[in-house]
Amino acid sequence: MNNEKKSFFAKLKEGLIKTKKNLTEQIESVIFQHKKIDDDFLDELEEILITSDMGVETTMDIIEYIKDETKKRKLEDTLELKDIIKEYLINVLKENERPDVTDKQRVILIVGVNGVGKTTSIGKIAYRLKQSGNKVIVAAADTFRAAAVEQLKEWCHRAGVDIIASDQGSDPGAVVFDAIQAAKARKSDILICDTAGRLHNKKNLMNELSKIFKIIDKEFSEAHIDVYLVIDATTGQNGIVQAKMFKEACNINGLILTKLDGTAKGGIAFPIVNELKIPIKYVGVGEGIDDLQDFNAQDFVNAIFE
Amino acid sequence: MFENLSDKLQNALQKLRGKGKLTEKDIDLAMKEIKMSLLEADVNFKVVKAFINSVKERSLGTEVMESLTPGQQVVKIVHEELTKIMGQGESRLKFNSNDITYFMMCGLQGAGKTTATGKLARRLKKEGRRPLLVACDVYRPAAIKQLQVVAESIGVPVFEMGDKISPVIIAKEAMNHAMKHGNDTVIIDTAGRLHIDDDLMDELVEIKNTVKPDEILLLLDAMTGQDAVKVAESFNSYLDVTGVILTKVDGDARGGAALSIRNVVDKPIKFLSVGEKMDQLEAFHPDRMASRILGMGDVLSIIEKAQDAFDEKQALELQKKLKTQDFNLEDFLTQLQQMKNMGPLDEILEMVPGLGGKKKLKGLKVDEKELVYTEAIIQSMTKKERMNPSIINGSRRKRIAAGSGTSVQRVNSLLKQYEEMKKMMKKFQTMGTGRKKGGFGGMGGFKMP
Repeated sequence: MNNEKKSFFAKLKEGLIKTKKNLTEQIESVIFQHKKIDDDFLDELEEILITSDMGVETTMDIIEYIKDETKKRKLEDTLELKDIIKEYLINVLKENERPDVTDKQRVILIVGVNGVGKTTSIGKIAYRLKQSGNKVIVAAADTFRAAAVEQLKEWCHRAGVDIIASDQGSDPGAVVFDAIQAAKARKSDILICDTAGRLHNKKNLMNELSKIFKIIDKEFSEAHIDVYLVIDATTGQNGIVQAKMFKEACNINGLILTKLDGTAKGGIAFPIVNELKIPIKYVGVGEGIDDLQDFNAQDFVNAIFE
Repeated sequence: MFENLSDKLQNALQKLRGKGKLTEKDIDLAMKEIKMSLLEADVNFKVVKAFINSVKERSLGTEVMESLTPGQQVVKIVHEELTKIMGQGESRLKFNSNDITYFMMCGLQGAGKTTATGKLARRLKKEGRRPLLVACDVYRPAAIKQLQVVAESIGVPVFEMGDKISPVIIAKEAMNHAMKHGNDTVIIDTAGRLHIDDDLMDELVEIKNTVKPDEILLLLDAMTGQDAVKVAESFNSYLDVTGVILTKVDGDARGGAALSIRNVVDKPIKFLSVGEKMDQLEAFHPDRMASRILGMGDVLSIIEKAQDAFDEKQALELQKKLKTQDFNLEDFLTQLQQMKNMGPLDEILEMVPGLGGKKKLKGLKVDEKELVYTEAIIQSMTKKERMNPSIINGSRRKRIAAGSGTSVQRVNSLLKQYEEMKKMMKKFQTMGTGRKKGGFGGMGGFKMP
């Protein structure tokens, strides 16, 4: 476990090293340029935060917070600010953390726009949960995209878990229904449902998702339902709209942040967590089956600012 | 894609439009708002800065200050600068006129390469070419299968060698295959990869050196944030890409990436990929896009869409019929079906000048079902009834309603609509001399819900 954690940590750090470089270097350069905290300094800081995809609102919150703290703690030196920003970001993330439900059967419904890495994430989650001793079943309810079922089958094969699938073009609701029956009969601990990628502004597709959610809610009422939205770390401000619309359609209660091994800063995670009050559950840092880990606010922010 | 951005920009500019005199303060205020909305739209920070500076500088120049309508002048400048940022004019694909043409697709994971590859192939096939798709994604599970399914749906062959062989070799073999089988255009679908993964990027370079593609197209998700520019810069430095295809443009992202790329890496956006259907690939016109962003409409694109969807011959025939007032329900049906070919109606309405930016149109969803009902009703009529709707009496109406699964009221309202349309045609006839471009005559009769 310790070993695994280390390797993940190394990976996350590796991935975030660019994030770190960009964000910290920029902040530090501003901090060094301006020894004193003044309006010019705050303006420049504002720009940096916005360009890290954190969004205008979160940025303004941070700026306000810095201003308050500066007054309260009578700060004058800009160097002290790094810890303050770090502290603030960890708080935002920590406040919304929630532990997994373990005393009931669970359903995890995975949703998101096209190409964010839903199917890959499911492969990794199934593997992780299986490794920690759970009986896992996966439902292949992306019946739309060409070869999506084949892709998921390969992942399930690698993870060593059962999959309930139908043909491309069949009704995703029916697949989920069948999978629920299987989960009940086989007494699985966790049922993970894949869904087709859909843009959040396509009304019909979002309705379809609501329907899938309702089927789970009705047919598997004894289970605890988690709905996780998968967000690509390269996503810009549109991520907030995505999260809001998906929450409306199927009441998402967690996030999976993928592709953190690139140069993307994943800054979009902050406004989403902040506005929707939902936690980040997992982060994806590569294409290998073990390149996924539980989210940890401290580690995440530390890796950015280390 | 650009609705939100366009709303905000229009708001900022609206305040200037009416003014008879502009002060530096007015412009400063507007520029600040524009700056914020561009940043919120994920436009790259450096691009925003440069844009604001040049707009401001020009706005404070004499051409604006001495104009009678300074506000309008600023709008004009914003439009020009937006166009400049996105690149001037349409950028067409380059083909090899003597030999087989090679296109190479590349991008991050999940950008939409395989889907866009299919769309591009469909487009080329429609233009009379014989495309071959090459499956070089040997990493992602079932990626080859996905390309095969996509290719089958558009009737284009795929060359694949399974997932155990190096993509460079597959690409090389594909060249021989194309030669033997008489394909004139080869599109190479590569695996998604991170722009910082040196090994995988080197693999692309090797494919490039082997194939010497005429176009290297970078696929970029329209929802990407500030990182878009970095991705484009990196792919460009490895491969010297020739153009960009922007994908998932049918989302509601504000498309800042589109505004930034041309400016930062100086490579044109060639296509917009706007949906999951194989015909949803549009050529990119920066000037028209700037107009759309500023709510000035995009008439040219509508006309092109119409030309693409409407069958020339049928249109001419229809025009003749309109002239002789021999327009019956059969023709009405044909026309409806052609209109459907143009794509979702709300998308088209977005492009109509003066409609796109209007608040009241927000959330207005044109009911495509109306069209389905109308089609069903007409299809439930006998040939005789379609040719001569005046014979449709009460009992015929009942039968048609039952046959189409609708109600007598719906049948009635359709017949009424048809009559009104005919009347309008008559008016048009007496007004003009029928110089209208084919197909559009019927639009007036189409009822907006």
